[in-house]
Amino acid sequence: MATTELHVPSGEKMPREHYLNATYGIRSWLLTTDHKRIAILYLISVTFFFFVGGLFASLIRIHLLTPGGYLVTPETYNKLFTMHGVAMIFFFLIPSIPAVLGNFVIPIMIGAKDLAFPKINLLSWYIYLVGGAFVLYSFATGGLDTGWTFYTPLSSIYSNSAVTPAVIGIFINGFSSILTGLNFIVTVHTMRAPGMTWMRLPLFVWAHYATSIIFVLGTPVIAITLLLAGLERMFHLGFFNPAYGGDPILFQHLFWFYSHPAVYIMILPAMGVISEIIPTFARKPIFGYDFIAASSIGIAVIGFIVWAHHMFLTGQSTYSAVAFSFLTFLVAVPSAVKVFNWTSTLYKGSIAFDTPMLYGLGFIGLFTIGGLTGLFLACLGLDIHLHDTYFVVAHFHYIMVGGAIMGYLGGIHYWWPKITGRLYPEFLARIAAIVLFIGFNLTFFPQFILGYLGMPRRYHDYPPEYQVLNVMSTAGASILALGYLLPMIYLTWSMRYGKVAGKNPWPATGLEWTTDSPPLTENFVETPVVDWEVYDFEHRPELGLHGAIAKKPLPAHGDD
Amino acid sequence: MHRTGELFGQFQTLEQQKETATLGMWVFLVTEILFFGGLFLTYSINRHAYPTAFGIGGNMLDLNLGFGNTIVLIASSFTMAMSVWSAQTSHKKLVPLFLIATLALGSVFLGIKVVEYKQKFDHHLIPGHSFDITYCSNNPAACGLSGKALEDEKKEIEEGIQAEKANPNDPDANGIVALNAHAQLYFSLYFGMTGLHALHMIIGAGLLLWLIFEARKGRFDANYNTPVDNIGLYWHFVDIVWIFLFPLLYLINRHLA
Amino acid sequence: MAEHSAEHIVSPKTYAAVLTALLIGTALTVYAAKVDLGRFNIVLALTIATIKMTLVILFFMHGKYSPRRTQLVIVAGFFWLAIMLGLTLQDYSTRHAEPSRSQLNELPSSLLRRS
Repeated sequence: MATTELHVPSGEKMPREHYLNATYGIRSWLLTTDHKRIAILYLISVTFFFFVGGLFASLIRIHLLTPGGYLVTPETYNKLFTMHGVAMIFFFLIPSIPAVLGNFVIPIMIGAKDLAFPKINLLSWYIYLVGGAFVLYSFATGGLDTGWTFYTPLSSIYSNSAVTPAVIGIFINGFSSILTGLNFIVTVHTMRAPGMTWMRLPLFVWAHYATSIIFVLGTPVIAITLLLAGLERMFHLGFFNPAYGGDPILFQHLFWFYSHPAVYIMILPAMGVISEIIPTFARKPIFGYDFIAASSIGIAVIGFIVWAHHMFLTGQSTYSAVAFSFLTFLVAVPSAVKVFNWTSTLYKGSIAFDTPMLYGLGFIGLFTIGGLTGLFLACLGLDIHLHDTYFVVAHFHYIMVGGAIMGYLGGIHYWWPKITGRLYPEFLARIAAIVLFIGFNLTFFPQFILGYLGMPRRYHDYPPEYQVLNVMSTAGASILALGYLLPMIYLTWSMRYGKVAGKNPWPATGLEWTTDSPPLTENFVETPVVDWEVYDFEHRPELGLHGAIAKKPLPAHGDD
Repeated sequence: MHRTGELFGQFQTLEQQKETATLGMWVFLVTEILFFGGLFLTYSINRHAYPTAFGIGGNMLDLNLGFGNTIVLIASSFTMAMSVWSAQTSHKKLVPLFLIATLALGSVFLGIKVVEYKQKFDHHLIPGHSFDITYCSNNPAACGLSGKALEDEKKEIEEGIQAEKANPNDPDANGIVALNAHAQLYFSLYFGMTGLHALHMIIGAGLLLWLIFEARKGRFDANYNTPVDNIGLYWHFVDIVWIFLFPLLYLINRHLA
Repeated sequence: MAEHSAEHIVSPKTYAAVLTALLIGTALTVYAAKVDLGRFNIVLALTIATIKMTLVILFFMHGKYSPRRTQLVIVAGFFWLAIMLGLTLQDYSTRHAEPSRSQLNELPSSLLRRS
């Protein structure tokens, strides 16, 4: 398989001063305002919650090895899938790429010293921790059995689990998201270096700008919704309780107004990662930059008008269902635009199969499957049969695991040299990526079949004829777990023993690759002036690429 | 710790810094639009479902106090805007004075809110076990109700009970139980919305207090007035929320009362 | 950018005019509420409130003199609120009342049969 000829000059040493060794001591980390350090703090926290969510997933899969449900009681099973969902969605998937990779890379990509509001960035992390603490408290004192969707009146009245602390925790965590989104939006508007026009922004930045629109406009709604549900639970109010004239469907409208765009929060940043990886490892400018940028905004906007496709069977009017079904078909279009453009980028490219590219290619395939199966569900007639079955579970795991998590891991590997100054072991990393891919498909493809055959989700038990597929799924899950553990091990190992990476090992064209690896605390000694187009491999002979030609210097454009 | 007016490290120019702060505040206010928006949506759906109960609840609010509060808050927006003007035109001494006026008016607003809330408590209108929409019509002396006002309220409640009994979706409803439940929805929203609004005002008051301290040191002038500007934006937003809360909560069926 | 070095300062006269308009609007809305206009009451009240809000945004909050970008942010906020309210209300307003038991019994049985 082709590899990049890594541009690591031999005998390269780590830079003498960088953001990791600039100051020492726990206070310098816990009170840092350096976006790079905050990214590392987030990396540790989201990984912790990934383990929490993963633990619950493992218990679910083990329980589902046999029909009859012998591992846990039905009530406990309800808690397992709920806590898996809450931990993974709110505390891993939503923050992962934006708060780790976005925080680290965006200021450097635009030529800035930091985000617009560095202290608010740190505050975001602390708010995340407080929210997480409340949710962990909920998990520890009775758990949560309402489903991560908190449908009323189960969550607001009848559930005997620790709903209130969980709802408080998620409410608080929402502000972490809102502040991150606010920070990114303002940063992209006001902190770009001279010459860094909007149309020269890396697509990773566009993706995060679009994501931030969703953070800012959607998250407040789930905040108020959970607040209302929590108040209802605490004070026996009646907003969502039919016995008092309240309306459970209203809760669902309010809940999904955020939670559907939330899935775009989870996937857009991953798409941004892929848009960085593909040009670098195909050694070609991205095909259709304008369309990919526009489609990111398109996904963010259209993503806000499709939410009731989660409610086709719960009692909305038929007219409304038809409207939302149509709009849901529409939202697939910008995603498809991206897939076509990435594929066109690969065409006639000089492709290298380094680990980030493996994750990138895996993303494209798995996201396509996940996205297409979403269209099955958008179809009203089909949804009647598929709603609340494993088909839905498989659909969203293809997107969130096969898509978002592979994007996250691809990004971690891609920017690892920049974050740590060291290379990870390439051979082992590729093995891990392949193990992950195999494990993932073995876990979730059988679930499409199970759903089609009618196995309901959120049931602790199933008829014996479904067992074979369930066993396959659990077997896949154990391989998937291995695929996750391997990077944790070798990435940690590489921090000490990995080869020194140098500024631009791949090489890639972004501004971040012009800084040291790891970068200085202030990123740039002098503010860069940007006078090249983005992903322009053709005219960058200084990257040492075969066939690159020197360019005529272009005039720098004004900003905004 | 940076003194106000100096350049923070991540910025290139003071202008970039100001631009950034102001854009940040506007984006934050947009999140607040959606935050309150969820409550307005809940209100709309529930009022659409139970117009009579909402009308009865609305008429139990003290119109004079509500009207008074609206005037007070609008006036405080004016004084806040004047404070910004003072800073922009370097009338340094006026800045804290207008801020103090704003804070004073805001405090009056909150004081009146306390009075109103206490009234609701006395009239058994706090959602919960003791909620009773008929308390005042049954105990007019305790509520200070008499004459035409008392008659109007009794008539409204009677009409409300009939409306509940005739509800096509639940024709066997015990009218008064249903009316009470739906009126309780109204009051839950009343307290939720005005409570959240009041919380924002308290936060605003805190910000104003800090601003007054800084203004008295002469920190704000034509060269630097970003905090006054941005906290002003926040204050005006809170005013706007009330501009909508007032008619929606207080002016539902006033032609009946 | 030139916008802030030539920052537009709104005059106290303008503020006073807006204040007057807001106070008149408030009095108007209370007066109108005491007249029975049926379904138009709420429309009128919300219209007056919207006008008041617009005045506050344009003048007190300097919306009229803010950069395009700020104006876009403001419009976006309201647009999204409109999406949330509009799309939810279109569900509620297109629902029909539940048919009663007796109504269901009158339907041809072929319509009740599920596949």
